[in-house]
Amino acid sequence: MLQQKLPALAVALLCAAPALATANDDAELEKIRAEIQQMKQSYEARIQSLESKLEQAQASAGAAEKSAAKAETAAAEASTRTTVSGNAFNPGISLILSGIYANRSQDSDYHITGFQTGGEIGPGLRGLSLAESELGIYANIDHYFYGGLNLALAPDNSVGVEEAFIQTTALPAGLTLKAGRFFSGIGYLNEQHAHTWDFVDNPLAYQAFLGGQYGDDGVQIKWVAPTDLFIELGAEAGRGRIADTEGKDKNGAAMGSLFAHVGSDIGISHSWRAGLSYLRTSPSHRQSPDLDAAGAFVTNEFSGNSRLWIADFVWKWAPNGNSHVTNFKLQGEYLHRSESGNLTYDVDGAANTDRYHANQSGWYAQGIYQFMPNWRAGLRYERLDAGRTAYASNNGNLLLSDYNPDRLSVMLDYSPSEYSRVRLQLARDKSREEATDNQLFVQYIMSLGAHGAHRF
Amino acid sequence: MKKVFYVLTVALALSAQSAQAALNLFACEPEWGSLAQELGGDKVSVYNATQALQDVHRVQAKPSLIAKARNADLLVCTGLELEIGWLPMVLRQAGNATIQPGKPGYFEAGIHVPRLEIPARLDRADGDVHALGNPHIQTDPHNIAKVAEALAKRLGEVDPANASFYQTRYRSFAQRWNEAMQRWESQAAALKGVAIVEHHKGFPYLIHWIGLEEVATLEPKPGVEPSSGHLTEIMTKLQQRPARMVIRAAYNDGRASAWLAEKTGIKTVVLPFTVGGTDRATDLFVLFDDTLQRLLEAAR
Repeated sequence: MLQQKLPALAVALLCAAPALATANDDAELEKIRAEIQQMKQSYEARIQSLESKLEQAQASAGAAEKSAAKAETAAAEASTRTTVSGNAFNPGISLILSGIYANRSQDSDYHITGFQTGGEIGPGLRGLSLAESELGIYANIDHYFYGGLNLALAPDNSVGVEEAFIQTTALPAGLTLKAGRFFSGIGYLNEQHAHTWDFVDNPLAYQAFLGGQYGDDGVQIKWVAPTDLFIELGAEAGRGRIADTEGKDKNGAAMGSLFAHVGSDIGISHSWRAGLSYLRTSPSHRQSPDLDAAGAFVTNEFSGNSRLWIADFVWKWAPNGNSHVTNFKLQGEYLHRSESGNLTYDVDGAANTDRYHANQSGWYAQGIYQFMPNWRAGLRYERLDAGRTAYASNNGNLLLSDYNPDRLSVMLDYSPSEYSRVRLQLARDKSREEATDNQLFVQYIMSLGAHGAHRF
Repeated sequence: MKKVFYVLTVALALSAQSAQAALNLFACEPEWGSLAQELGGDKVSVYNATQALQDVHRVQAKPSLIAKARNADLLVCTGLELEIGWLPMVLRQAGNATIQPGKPGYFEAGIHVPRLEIPARLDRADGDVHALGNPHIQTDPHNIAKVAEALAKRLGEVDPANASFYQTRYRSFAQRWNEAMQRWESQAAALKGVAIVEHHKGFPYLIHWIGLEEVATLEPKPGVEPSSGHLTEIMTKLQQRPARMVIRAAYNDGRASAWLAEKTGIKTVVLPFTVGGTDRATDLFVLFDDTLQRLLEAAR
């Protein structure tokens, strides 16, 4: 205010000066001019000193504020700093414990009529048993890599390396490279760990075509498109360890896969993801339980080429995006497999090997509804299509059947917290043409330690 | 022909400019989105990954979040393990090196403020506790001020060309914020010592700032649903130490507090908790205006 007024006053005085000059002589005029000049100079000096004083005051106030803030943050840091020791850099360790009680109307000689399977299939043992325990150790390796190990500890005291992979975090252009042993990115459910499943078991189509779940030793490259719509493209190469086979001991890759996923939100309450995947493997000595024409339980072995297509879809709803009280999830997948190669009937007995072709498919659809906090109910229906199969000279040993296996499951689960869940599941399993299995399962799944984020 | 060429050139120049102009900012919570908008103005394009009616503890690594994280230049989150259930998965799938932890593009608000409720022991038997302290830091305006200073600096590091722009906007924001804080603090003086019941431990910073007195929480342990047994216990507690109101965030299930209000006759107050939690709370300033107004009305 003062700063603005003083120059204005000086200007006004200067403007008035010529008027005065006409009335007085030159000496007088000179005197007045000098006085004004003096006045001006003295005011300017005073303004300058005031300004510098103000600046100093502001600076010191700022410094005081800053040092106060610094002291406060230092105090905050001191209050939260824990003792730093060697194990501060330990990776996150998570342990999943699970146990199951099964009551079933049929024995455990499980097979899926008309399907040459392999791997971990079937509803498991009857009575009380330990389910798979998972021990996971994951962490950032450095600023370029993330990695981890997931061990599956089976109830028969065997240990399996389910996942052991490294993954890049610093590649440009939306690229991620993964190497090691990992669950393939095909389909929707394949990448999900067993403890996140919504039912005790995975769908029949996964059991029939992927030996339960498909993990392989290989490399994976994924690219996320720079668009608001989520678009992810991926490709994998591996040794082809599908359905408990060993994979190929050869140069190059014995497995290849391609997959694409798209997804987005609709409003704030809905989100979805859809995908299409292709998997090519060449399993050798893939062993499948089967019932032969004479009604005897046998093991067949397949070696050849296998091509699998998967279309998957998942849609989730939560009112206002808040899944706490109620939410709903609808999920479905369609799998189609065509195989050609050699089938050995009854490897431990007759061991008759001949050509084998099959074109088969299967699908499942399931809905999970959380009707109140901590409580969810689910319904799943699934069906396999026998399709076309040719057994060549094994036609007499293995009866061609147009039977389409199906299964209906309902489940109710209760999660006292984020880390624990108890589940009841009832199912009518018609995997076997000759016998319908009525099943009841009670299961617990508990999670200890660092619990990593889940996939969508 | 010449005209068409001219129009094309202009259109190209404009689109290139708009693509270059905005810094893509991925805000984990709406309060940080709102703050970034205050500081960044038209130089930032803000995406809020969550909104006020969502339970921040239960967000999923949705495809839409991965797509947005893929293009982000700067990620602004609370940290303190609040986003532990979804953010690591989004970051690992987005294939975006610039916003990985440790990079300038990864900003955690929580480490810039003094934390409350740092657990003396870490045990899941105590419920959903956070090792680094309570993460709901946005309910104390002093915390917002501290985060604003740090965020303005970070914006300048990530986008050096506009560093002075962000500083200018920060100074303007800080001045307005300080004035507002003085106003809020004089208003809030009437609330000092008022006894309250809380639904979830979501407001310790607000309670600490205003000097409210928390008598009980409806959740027996953080993140655990209120049980009828625990609610009965609270009723007995309230007979000895009556509370004036029961407060909850807009996203909390209202049934437990409604039940308590019906049984005891105390008022229920729904607080916005973050920007967008109520119709009125459209920015950070109104967030606190609205929060205080609701508390003052209930305390009257």
